[in-house]
Amino acid sequence: MTEKIRKSNSNINEVPAEEIDDLVVGKNDHAENLKADLDQLLDDIDSILETNAEDFVNSYVQKGGE
Amino acid sequence: MHDFSRRIYGLENEYGIMCTLKGQRRLSPDEVARYLFRKVVTWGRSSNVFLPNGSRLYLDVGSHPEYATAECDSILDVVAQDRAGEYILNDLRVAAEERLADEGIRGEIHIYKNNTDSAGNSYGCHENYLTSRTDDQTSLSDVVIPFLITRQIFAGAGKLLMTAKGPLFTIAQRAEHIWETASSATTRSRPIINTRDEPHADAEHYRRLHVIVGDSNMSEYASFLKVGSMACVLRMFENPEIDFRDLTLESPVRAIREISHDITCRKKVKLKSGREMSALDIQRIYLDKAISYSERFGFNEEETRALQMWEQCVSTIEDDPLKLAAEVDWVAKYRLLLNYSEKHHISLGDPRCHLIDLQYHDIDPDKGIYNHLRGKNIMKSLCTEEQVVAATQSAPTTTRAHLRSQFITAAQLKKRDYTVDWVHLKINDQTQRTVLCKNPFKNVDDRVQKLIDSL
Repeated sequence: MTEKIRKSNSNINEVPAEEIDDLVVGKNDHAENLKADLDQLLDDIDSILETNAEDFVNSYVQKGGE
Repeated sequence: MHDFSRRIYGLENEYGIMCTLKGQRRLSPDEVARYLFRKVVTWGRSSNVFLPNGSRLYLDVGSHPEYATAECDSILDVVAQDRAGEYILNDLRVAAEERLADEGIRGEIHIYKNNTDSAGNSYGCHENYLTSRTDDQTSLSDVVIPFLITRQIFAGAGKLLMTAKGPLFTIAQRAEHIWETASSATTRSRPIINTRDEPHADAEHYRRLHVIVGDSNMSEYASFLKVGSMACVLRMFENPEIDFRDLTLESPVRAIREISHDITCRKKVKLKSGREMSALDIQRIYLDKAISYSERFGFNEEETRALQMWEQCVSTIEDDPLKLAAEVDWVAKYRLLLNYSEKHHISLGDPRCHLIDLQYHDIDPDKGIYNHLRGKNIMKSLCTEEQVVAATQSAPTTTRAHLRSQFITAAQLKKRDYTVDWVHLKINDQTQRTVLCKNPFKNVDDRVQKLIDSL
């Protein structure tokens, strides 16, 4: 913890809101698209899920970890 | 005078595994683990290996595959390396399913990056932060424990619990499984901080803060924020000019559950001082302290990013926590469960809702619900597909992991017998040459280069 890197000049109060998302490489900007995508996922989700939900979930038994 | 230093971060995840056929259990976790690790054993002659990306992959207690990222000095790197672990495990799953098919065993394998099963067993996601040997451990615990208990409001992965009163959506997977604040235990009685002193570095200078209270995050945003906000808190703690208010909770173990059971994030919990505060109040106190710290001393670039995300999340929770569905795992899962149960006119107690709770964490790109949310950009991502794929093969180039990565890659190429751990690189020949790498920040080392050249 002795090696230095350059000091960031950014002060949180000076950063415009849109820059907070600088790091974000994938996001959905439009509320309409977002809603359509969510609805689509809700329509598709049953085809992703096992049909035998109760047995499947109950089958998921592990041993404790760490 | 102020040290804008680098820090080493690492994330460890224990994964849950299952093999089913038509929804029924087909193989035991032990058997699944054996099939999954066949490829690993072939490659590394052991089920406990270090991979070319500098990470460690092994079978942990309870047949959980565990992936520990290489040491990273960038928060974005640790997020990418952690995500790479999902890809590596998914490759093992594909190979294991092929093997099953070859042997005429029908069934599909699921691998979960979560922290609980349906019987109430728990397995962890551990965070590592390199800290200074000179830190006072008691005051460090006092400062970070109230923070760690309350940060679940943005770092929790969400869990649908069945209670005597019916289904209850809770914020954190691990909340029900934590029994102590700080101890050296892991399986017997899980603490928030594990005090085992294994720095994997020069013990004269360093300690490794081992946080075991956290949930495994699917969301890259939440992972970054989880590690980054903690980095900000540590940075403040390390500055002798900064004093912290005493926010010690009356009963940390009770508080972590109470907070997890309250999706408004506003219910008050008791402090030792007799005052009452909500998780949101406590996070706001740490956050405001960090904001004034940044004005006075500054944080490094990534810490500053994390501070901005932290501010955005806490402010949004103050308005309405459910507006964080693009960033925060528990909110994304909860919104999906609400929408799904409304659409099908079912209650949260319906097995299909429990299935969604589980499948959110499936690392399979086709079956995992988080992966669909990410693929459609419904949830924000911080790493490109290319970055994650690259991280499956390459270690961060700015830390000791780079040396380990180069050594492993060269030794594999030359088909040499070698042994590595976090600090040693060794060739298993008559001379038994070993290089000890005690400095995790050191990414270039003549001794290692000589060792590689001699292969």
